[in-house]
Amino acid sequence: MKRLFPFPLLTVSLIGMWLLLTSFSLGNLILGTAVALLAVQGLVALDPVRPNIKRWDLLPKLLGIVLLDIIRSNIAVVTIILQGKKRARTSGFLSIPLDLRDPVGLAILSVIITSTPGTAWMDYDSAKGTVLLHIFDLVDEAEWMDIIKNRYEHLLREIFE
Amino acid sequence: MSHAQDLPLWAAIIVALLLLLGSGLALVGSYGFWKLRSFYDRVHAPTLGTSWGTGAIVMASMIFFSVLQLRPVLHEFLVGVFVTVTMPITLMLLARAAIYRDRAENNPEVPPMDPPRIKLDVGADPDAPESRS
Repeated sequence: MKRLFPFPLLTVSLIGMWLLLTSFSLGNLILGTAVALLAVQGLVALDPVRPNIKRWDLLPKLLGIVLLDIIRSNIAVVTIILQGKKRARTSGFLSIPLDLRDPVGLAILSVIITSTPGTAWMDYDSAKGTVLLHIFDLVDEAEWMDIIKNRYEHLLREIFE
Repeated sequence: MSHAQDLPLWAAIIVALLLLLGSGLALVGSYGFWKLRSFYDRVHAPTLGTSWGTGAIVMASMIFFSVLQLRPVLHEFLVGVFVTVTMPITLMLLARAAIYRDRAENNPEVPPMDPPRIKLDVGADPDAPESRS
């Protein structure tokens, strides 16, 4: 079972992608499954880190929070750009010590931070576990720390660790 | 072949609003990209286009073709997924190159390799509970 389906999540995603790109039919389902199984065998040769999701039920919550935050920060960044020089704004670097060590969790955190306008993931130091962010509107460092640590990292650690 | 004039009014209004929102965000993002001065500020502006800018246009496309062809057309969803997932790779590549150069030039704006805040954490027992004051 483990040899035939080494990456079940990826296999299902690839089949789903095949069916989205073609129209749904039994033939496409079989063909898509065959392609997915072959592609996954290719990935096994690379031996990547396996995602270890412990709390599936928290994933929709994370997705909801992130989508809402992206809308909110879109509005914030648009306002700042359109105000131009009328409003004093300080942007700056912020280095945050992370407790999250799971590589998949860190990858997801980087996607979240990059997708949210106004925050950018700059550098990660794996020895110290600190991440260097650049924040567009750095009013209160403690507030940003709190958002990253308690809003995202806490949830990601519950899901992956 | 699908014809745009067959689109019912309610769908046309939703599609138009989403397209305006998406292209508006992309426009503001490009404007910011042009106006802002430092490299690190400029990386923030285009993320408007890659987050809800892409999202809104993708949703408009899904609604438009689903309503016209009377079946769910959802493959645009993959555009959003791949744009979102691949974006950090490009950003990190650019950002780390910029930081590396700025550090080599001793640019005061960029934090040095060992900011003081990190130093406080080095040597602390990683298993010990975080002390909060």
